[in-house]
Amino acid sequence: MIADLLTLQVIVGMLGSGIRLATPYLYAAIGETFGQRSGVLNLGVDGIMLLGAFAAFYAVFTTNSLVLGVLAAMFVGGLMGLLMAFISVTLQAEQGISGIGIFLFGLGMSDLLFQRTLGSVETVSGFRPLDIPILSDIPILGEILFQHNLMVYGAYLLVPLAWFILNRTTIGLKIKAVGENPEAADSLGVSVAGVRYATVTFGGILSGIAGASLSIALLNVFQQNMTAGLGFIAVALVYFGGWRPVGVLFGALLFSTVQALQNWVQTLGIPIPSEVAVMMPYVLTIVVLVFAVQRVGQPAALTKVYERGE
Amino acid sequence: MLKNIARYPFLSRLFDTLLPVLATLAALAVGAVMLLLLGANPIAAYTALLNGAFGSQNALADTIVKATPLLLVGLGICIAFRGGVINIGGEGQLIAGAISATYIGLSFPEQPATVVVPLAMLAGFFAGAIWGGIPGLLKAYYGVNEILSTIMMNQIAVQIMNYLLRGPLIDPEQLSRASRIPETARLSRAFDLPRLVPTRLHLGAFIAVVLAFLVYVFLWRTTIGYRIRAVGLNPDASKYAGVHVKRYIVLSLLLSGAFAGLAGGIQVYGVHHFMFTDGSAAGFTGSAGFNGIVAALFGKLHPIGTIPASFIFGALLVGANSLQRAMQVPSALITALNGLVVVFVVSSELWSRRLARLRQTGAGAEVDAALLADEFDDDSRAEPVSEVNL
Repeated sequence: MIADLLTLQVIVGMLGSGIRLATPYLYAAIGETFGQRSGVLNLGVDGIMLLGAFAAFYAVFTTNSLVLGVLAAMFVGGLMGLLMAFISVTLQAEQGISGIGIFLFGLGMSDLLFQRTLGSVETVSGFRPLDIPILSDIPILGEILFQHNLMVYGAYLLVPLAWFILNRTTIGLKIKAVGENPEAADSLGVSVAGVRYATVTFGGILSGIAGASLSIALLNVFQQNMTAGLGFIAVALVYFGGWRPVGVLFGALLFSTVQALQNWVQTLGIPIPSEVAVMMPYVLTIVVLVFAVQRVGQPAALTKVYERGE
Repeated sequence: MLKNIARYPFLSRLFDTLLPVLATLAALAVGAVMLLLLGANPIAAYTALLNGAFGSQNALADTIVKATPLLLVGLGICIAFRGGVINIGGEGQLIAGAISATYIGLSFPEQPATVVVPLAMLAGFFAGAIWGGIPGLLKAYYGVNEILSTIMMNQIAVQIMNYLLRGPLIDPEQLSRASRIPETARLSRAFDLPRLVPTRLHLGAFIAVVLAFLVYVFLWRTTIGYRIRAVGLNPDASKYAGVHVKRYIVLSLLLSGAFAGLAGGIQVYGVHHFMFTDGSAAGFTGSAGFNGIVAALFGKLHPIGTIPASFIFGALLVGANSLQRAMQVPSALITALNGLVVVFVVSSELWSRRLARLRQTGAGAEVDAALLADEFDDDSRAEPVSEVNL
């Protein structure tokens, strides 16, 4: 049985799956990284993803335009991100709980809208795989890395982009400053609220795109609660990645590979109870959290409300 | 305006107590807008909701029955949040408790109910405690964010439940009929919690209310409870006062999980009489794990306040069903509404905090004078007590 798992075709397929499945994790976790780096914890990512997934799906279902789908997801995600920023920064609400509130809202709203507009499970023609010329012809590696759809490529391109923004630009410096020492940043003229609004809204946009990647690129379907906690895992990945894009990339790949492995195990009929396989990502998240916190420190001002004069 | 309220202790307390109500009304107003957008008449909708919840003796009983797990989970949440830990694991802890309690009942079908039922409740209590205690240990000794770990534990519990209900605990009837629906056999009728016939109101509701008072006594009249609250308000100060902060973090999550587990046991023995699953958590729990958090927040994290809060939310949930039946508005609206209530209530804390600060440093005009005078006299200004954050 295990021998069946080790044929080349299976391994290649699994790795390719792993690359593909990391997409929503990457979008959501990179987005959350920006927010957390500036000191805001957004636990509503899962809810925003669901809303983004629905928005994209509905847009594509009605207009057949993939571009419109992505834009719809970005708009909805940005709106929710803005809301979260308002609640966390201006109203200074407890970030963990308000995030859960946003999650419940997104969960209910996406389901509600789905039931009211589509009613039953439908499929769309989402993003098609786009073979990168030349590179995709490389034996093995080509199949694993270069035969995916645009949203997958986008997610991976996001990593060096995020790295660049955080480490080589002024805005990145401001973000980090606001997250480590808002008082100092404020005294130097950096708008703490402005930076946080920007990062959380940006995180929302990316979460929306993450949701879209599920509904119009990876699965091409929309279902109630289709993320099944994926957003929360993405938040955990930020911790695991040490609040750095490259670390987040490793974490996301780890997760998606485990998920791909689980899928293959199931399709090959290997006698592990399917529930054990489904459980693995969540158990892994906990294990990951245990080790992550001991390695790297979190942004000093994470979840701490900042008010001038305190 | 806050300054004027701050002058009067009575007004201030009233404000604090009413704030969640105002926040909820605001959320309901948004809900009305959503209903309008859905093409439903908000007045008719909310009327259907109220009717469904209070319209008859049976409806009222159903509301109380629905509120019971919310109250129990909410009591656990009061303990946890007051202890400084945010427990989002109510769903998983409830499931863990339900599984254990069901297992006891299935294992001893012939034994007297007076032995089995309390044993099952205890089993639920302890199973929930373990399910909450693990994230507690992880937080206290490994610094793991308890929000994330409890959410993960929820998902793990669901999978364990699915496996057990599909395999070892499945109803033998299902196997013989080859239908394989993942559910257990019905527990012995002798084990059903006593009911107020002809309604569905069961003993569990009464137990929950009694426990609410016990939790109040525990938190405010015992040393352990005091320490839990101290750790929640100021872990550093508590540490210097000699309190084992880590142990109390674990204890808070342990107790919080225990109450959710008990809720699971009571749901099985009082309402369902067997365990079933649709693959997700909410299929069995009815999201009591999440809604209990909302109820506790609404009750200002006070065990006694959680009683009316869970009653109101029970009404909301029961009403939602009749709303769906009467007006074809999906119950998902209520989930979204719950989320809004959480957001509004938590956001409204801002005004509570500002009020508290005003009262601390002297209400009204004295505030400005005090701040001005102390600008050049840093040593003498007493630091306001750190705001009671959740």
